[in-house]
Amino acid sequence: MNLKFHNKKITGILTVLPENEVNFDDEIDNYDFSRGQSMKLKLIMGYGKRRVVKEGTTISDLCVFGMNYLFDKNLLKKDDIDAIILVTQSPDHFVPATSHIIHGRLDLKQDMICLDINQACSGYPIGLNQAFMLLDQDEVNKVVVLNADIMSRKVSVKDRGSRPLTGDAAAITIVEKDSTDNIIYGSVNLDGKGADALIIPAGGFKMPSTPETAELKTDKSGNSRSLDHLVMKGDDVFNFVQKEVPPMIENLLAKADSSKEDVDYFMFHQPNKFMLKKLADKMEVSYDKMPFNIVENFGNSSGVSVPTTITYNLGEKLLTNSYMICIAGFGAGLSWASLLLEMGNLDFCETIDFN
Amino acid sequence: MKKKILEFLTEIRPEFDFAESSNFIEEGMLDSFDIVSLVASLDEEFGISIDGTEILPENFSNVDGIYQLLIKNGVTE
Repeated sequence: MNLKFHNKKITGILTVLPENEVNFDDEIDNYDFSRGQSMKLKLIMGYGKRRVVKEGTTISDLCVFGMNYLFDKNLLKKDDIDAIILVTQSPDHFVPATSHIIHGRLDLKQDMICLDINQACSGYPIGLNQAFMLLDQDEVNKVVVLNADIMSRKVSVKDRGSRPLTGDAAAITIVEKDSTDNIIYGSVNLDGKGADALIIPAGGFKMPSTPETAELKTDKSGNSRSLDHLVMKGDDVFNFVQKEVPPMIENLLAKADSSKEDVDYFMFHQPNKFMLKKLADKMEVSYDKMPFNIVENFGNSSGVSVPTTITYNLGEKLLTNSYMICIAGFGAGLSWASLLLEMGNLDFCETIDFN
Repeated sequence: MKKKILEFLTEIRPEFDFAESSNFIEEGMLDSFDIVSLVASLDEEFGISIDGTEILPENFSNVDGIYQLLIKNGVTE
């Protein structure tokens, strides 16, 4: 589905990274790789350092820390916030919504909207889409989009497909009304028939967690995981991304009457280095326009990986410059979504450590 | 080119005799990580980028299949 928004803009992005850093070299013995294979895959896939939360740290902790940082620095005022959209697949509880927990911990006003959206790697463009729609309301002038996930807690330590790549993080994006005639183009797509390609089988109401669901079982590829863990059909996900993302971007650019050359940066979800390089090759986009350095430095933090890519690679540049940016997310659902927008002259664009 | 393909396969999984196998996937000789490693080696060696939509296990089941994939992606003998 094609979307189009008028008179909206992003005015700030903050990424919050957990302070706990894990290095692939220290984890090699967990996985069923030969040492040579590990070293080769490290280069190809981008295995490196990952940021993960400590036991007991939740997404509301990361979000509240980041919000208080903005309040303390006078980059955001509590009373200016008209809505909070939290995009996550790792809520603090089933009930209530984690955005409400964050609302309470921050002591925000009662006259506002808070909602949680269950989305993973497509969560950045999907969360922004919802924010743009809310801004069409007369009384909504500023929306805070929170993307946060701590999926490292749901990945088996002996899952060589997902574990070396998975990181945790949160991001805060401020979206506001804009008086200039700025048009933002969007695209949202999904295929629920692929729902089992990325799934945590147990832990919900369909299959509650039990001692049996926690038992580790080894698959034919040598991965050991339980039904309580995230399971990814890596081949299926890889092929879905290569098949669906390039035509989505072609269509998005056509709707905006733009070309790839008009885009300064393709800020895409960061599943792994190999997948992104293949996407760039297929789309005939140069690697310097499509950064793929997040997995090796921080890990794949699901929907947070896009804002992390922006704050880490552009950071202060976005305070004084403006760029045409194409954003894309793709993953669980299956879902794939994108945005094309002019972004710049932000009030803040930085990466901080949680502590 | 086929000799080079066999060299890379043996480098990735030295415990198997790829010349004697008719289906690397069915016989459990290559998994998805091996295919990723092989694609990276072939891309570098032949100066190409194998199309991501063609990185499917069935295209890596034997040397002839991999050879055809390289031809399709612009490699010439």
